[in-house]
Amino acid sequence: MLGSSLTRINAMVLRHLFVLRRSWLRILEIVYWPTMQLFLWGFITLFFLKHSTWLAQAAGVLISAVLLWDVLFRSNLGVTLPFIEEMWARNLASLFITPLRPIELVLSLAILSFIRTTISVTPAALIALPLFQVWVFDVGFGLIAFFLNLLFMGWCIGLTVAAIVLRFGLAAESLCWLGVFLLAPISCIYYPITTLPEWLQAIAVALPAAHVFEGMRYVLFDGVFRWDLFVRATTLNGIYMVLSTVFFLRMFHVARVKGLLLQQGE
Amino acid sequence: MALLEYATPTVQAKGLVKKYGKILAVNDISFTISKGETIGLLGGNGAGKTTTIAMLLGLLLPTAGQIKIFGEDIEKGRNRVLSKMNFSSPYVDFPKRLSVVENLNVYARLYGLENVTAVINRVAQNMELEEFLQRPTGSLSAGQMTRVSLAKALLNDPELLLLDEPTASLDPDTGDTVRSHIENWKTEKGATILLASHNMNEVERLCSKVMVMAKGQIIDKGSPSELVDRYGRSSLEEVFLDIVRQEKINREN
Repeated sequence: MLGSSLTRINAMVLRHLFVLRRSWLRILEIVYWPTMQLFLWGFITLFFLKHSTWLAQAAGVLISAVLLWDVLFRSNLGVTLPFIEEMWARNLASLFITPLRPIELVLSLAILSFIRTTISVTPAALIALPLFQVWVFDVGFGLIAFFLNLLFMGWCIGLTVAAIVLRFGLAAESLCWLGVFLLAPISCIYYPITTLPEWLQAIAVALPAAHVFEGMRYVLFDGVFRWDLFVRATTLNGIYMVLSTVFFLRMFHVARVKGLLLQQGE
Repeated sequence: MALLEYATPTVQAKGLVKKYGKILAVNDISFTISKGETIGLLGGNGAGKTTTIAMLLGLLLPTAGQIKIFGEDIEKGRNRVLSKMNFSSPYVDFPKRLSVVENLNVYARLYGLENVTAVINRVAQNMELEEFLQRPTGSLSAGQMTRVSLAKALLNDPELLLLDEPTASLDPDTGDTVRSHIENWKTEKGATILLASHNMNEVERLCSKVMVMAKGQIIDKGSPSELVDRYGRSSLEEVFLDIVRQEKINREN
C-alpha cells in the first residue's frame, strides 16, 4: 500500500524532472532571479555599510534576508507551477483516472518544490561569499530551521493558490506569483516587526515568516537562536499545513462535483 | 470463485443522475455490463455519453445513484478499481514537452507496473509507435496521438477499457489496424469494453450490444442487428440518424 503510494509520488516527480531535464532555459530561469536579487541587495549592502550603523553591526542581514525570502517565494512557485502546468497540458483528467490520489499529488508537489527551491537558492548562496564576503551557512543550525519553516510556509501558500486555480480555472493563475507578495510587507523580511503599525503587527505575528526573519536578525545581530520564535513559526506552519491541505482536498471534491477536472486548459 | 467472478457484472450503474444547476445531463440511467462484453454507447452530441463515462471513471461525482465496478463501489474502492481499468480518447491530451516514451513511462509507474521498459516496448509494438517513442508528444500528428492514447490505455492490461471515439482522426487504414488490435487484445485478455463512438461501422464490428442515449436517458438497447430490425432500417448508421433527427425535432417542438 505504502509502496504503491511512493511509486505514484515518484512517477509524478519524475514527470516534472523530465520537463526540467529537457529544458536548460527552465533551469536557467530558476537560478536567474535569486542570483540577480543577490547582486542587487549585495551592492545595496555595500553602500549602506558606509552609511548605516545598524547594518554595519551585521553586514549579512540584507543578503541573508533576500536569500531566505527567495526560499519562501520559490517554494510557493515549486508547488503552483507544476500544478498549473498540469492544467495547461490538460492532463489532470488523465492523471486522476489512474490510481493516483489527490494527497499523493500534493506530496509530489512538495518534493518538487524542495528540489526547485534548492536548485534556485544554492548558487546565489554560494556566490555571496566571494562577491560580498557573506557566508550564509555561518548561521548554522538556524539556517536549516529557517529554511524548513519558509519551505513549509511556501507549500501552504502554494497549495491554497493551487486549490483556488483548480476551483476558478486558469483565470486565477496569476495568483501563483501575486499571492506570496501580498504577504511580503507583513513578513518583515528587511525590518523588525516593531516597524509595523500596531494593528499590522497583530496580523504579522500570525505569519510563520515574520518569526523566521525576526529569528534570523537575532542570530546575525546578537548571535542568539531564539527557540521561542522557532516554535511559534513551526506551530503556525503545522496549523496552516493542515488547513491548506484540507482546503485543497475540499476544492478537489468540488471540482469532481462540477466536472472541472474535464474542463481544464485554456 | 471463478463462477462468482463471472456472475458479478463488471459495471453496475443504478439510478445515475447528473445535474449541473438546472441542466440535467444524465437522467436516471441504469445498466450493467457483464465480464467480457463489448458495449457500444451511441447518441448525438450532448446526449450524455461523456458525462456517463466521466462518472464511471470517477472524474465526476453523480448527483444521485450508485456505480459498482468489479462489484465494488467506485468511491469506496477507487484505488483498487482504477488500477484495473483504463480510458482512451483523442480528446485527452498528454504533456506535449515530454517524449512519447517519457509519457508512457510516467503512466506505467502511476499504474504501479513492473518491468516498465518491457511493457512500453510491448504496447509501442502493438500500436506501431516504435519510431515515435523518442519524439516530443507535441510534435505528433492527430492520428499518432490517438495511437499514443491507446497505447497508454493498454499499459496496465485493463480488465475494463472505456473508449471514447478511439479511431477518430485516424485514416481508414490506420483506423482498421487499431480496431484489429483492440479486437485481438480483447479476445486474448477477455476484457470488457465500453465504446462511445459515432463510427457505426466500428460499433457494428466491435460491439455485441448497444445502448442508445438521448437527452441524458437510455432510450433503447439491444444488439446492432436487433436495433436495425426494430427500426426497419438497413444499417446501424440509418438507425442512429433516425434517433438523432427525431431528437432534434422533439427539441424544436
